Amino acid sequence: MIVVKDLYKSFNDTLIIKGISTTFDKGKTNLIIGASGSGKTVFLKCLLGLFAYEKGSISYDGKIYSNLTKNQKSDLRAEIGMVFQGSALFDSMTIAENVMFPLRMFTNMNKSEMEDRADVVLKRVNLADAHYKMPSEASGGMRKRVAIARAIVNNPKYLFCDEPNSGLDPKTAIIIDNLIQEITDEYNITTVINSHDMNSVMEIGEKIIFLIDGVKAWEGSKETIFKTDNEVVTNFVYSSNLMKKVRQMYIEERH
Amino acid sequence: MTYLHNIGLYFLMVKDMFRKPTKWSVMKHLILKDIDDLIIDSLGIVAFISFFVGGVITIQTALNITNPLIPKYLVGFATRQSIILEFAPTFISIIMAGKVGSFITSSIGTMRVTEQIDALEVMGINSLNYLVFPKVIALMLYPFAISIAIFLGILGGMAACVYGGFSTLEDFIIGIQLDFIPFHIVYSFIKTFVFAFVLATIPSFYGYYMKGGALEVGKASTTSFVWTSIMIILLNYILTQMLLTS
Repeated sequence: MIVVKDLYKSFNDTLIIKGISTTFDKGKTNLIIGASGSGKTVFLKCLLGLFAYEKGSISYDGKIYSNLTKNQKSDLRAEIGMVFQGSALFDSMTIAENVMFPLRMFTNMNKSEMEDRADVVLKRVNLADAHYKMPSEASGGMRKRVAIARAIVNNPKYLFCDEPNSGLDPKTAIIIDNLIQEITDEYNITTVINSHDMNSVMEIGEKIIFLIDGVKAWEGSKETIFKTDNEVVTNFVYSSNLMKKVRQMYIEERH
Repeated sequence: MTYLHNIGLYFLMVKDMFRKPTKWSVMKHLILKDIDDLIIDSLGIVAFISFFVGGVITIQTALNITNPLIPKYLVGFATRQSIILEFAPTFISIIMAGKVGSFITSSIGTMRVTEQIDALEVMGINSLNYLVFPKVIALMLYPFAISIAIFLGILGGMAACVYGGFSTLEDFIIGIQLDFIPFHIVYSFIKTFVFAFVLATIPSFYGYYMKGGALEVGKASTTSFVWTSIMIILLNYILTQMLLTS
């Protein structure tokens, strides 16, 4: 479980994150949503320790991040899996080498053990035949799945995903969403996803926090987001005609 | 203020490079790969330039010795001194700042842009140790490239001298053996080691701390070349003053 208390972060005297407090539960897919420029990525990078914050605290299963030494922070990060927006695969390595990378760095497995583990996770993300391809030869969806495989290969406690659906067609996006949901359940990890894809919100949003201008404007789940009267949230979530119709149908069904 | 900030950041980078070392089984592969990328891949251009610039130094020296009282073997002497003292360690290092320096800046800069460095950091890996340290170690073999540059520079000078008809082979060989001071080789290698450190760390600094996209990677490569060259020239002056004037 990750607990965030009263977090503040600024760049050049401009406050970006303004006192966010929230909890990300273990075994759940937690979504951070909001418009572009609302501070989602900055918030995620603060959670990952990539950005230092001015005020507040973040604790990972009771360990307060700012109280840890540099080496303890590195050890904590070894328990984190991250799927970057652009996948961030290492260009000079094959897909299998990318997946085995965390094992090479943090375990004492021999080569065949690492290959076996890479086989398991690549099969899990439906990429059993892609071992020897280079990242440049893989499609956007494949790269995302490789990034997920790399993120889970070392059994992380926490999984972070920065817009895992960006640049993907709707069908592949749903496959990636479901994969993340299944992996969260299967490995019982704390998953935090940064997204502005409304399909993801409706599919896998077990907990949702909505940011506007660096402030947490709303908190709920995929079930409660339909019922909310919060105008800012409804204006964002139901901005397209299709989503407006979906909501209308939902409300009519309820009555 | 920006300059002071960058100088401070550079020294912090050098310090952090030694923190939380990467596993040796991984590091040795990184070092070998960087030896291949930075040293072996540069030998061709180093050999080509050394041979022909050595020839040009000889021709220029021979053409400027117009006084018949000056012995012909001085052409070989001047060629040897120019190549060992300045041409091989300094001139080749400036060329390497362009070749190796821009390679380092653009490869690390691209990793920054595509979030690969963030991926390393998130995994708990000291990205400076993983990316920069192997380059520093690989470039400790840089004196090997400079030895080849010295040999081929003098060889090129000899070929130009003999085939250009400026002096005989015997005169040239007498010249290159004349008043040889072994410390000049030591001086040359001390400079080479210092330049190797500069060549590994300054381009890494500009790649590692760059911000922006593809355009900024190009700008960072240019800036890194300019500052690496400036530091090489400046350190060359300081080291020459310290080592040769006492």
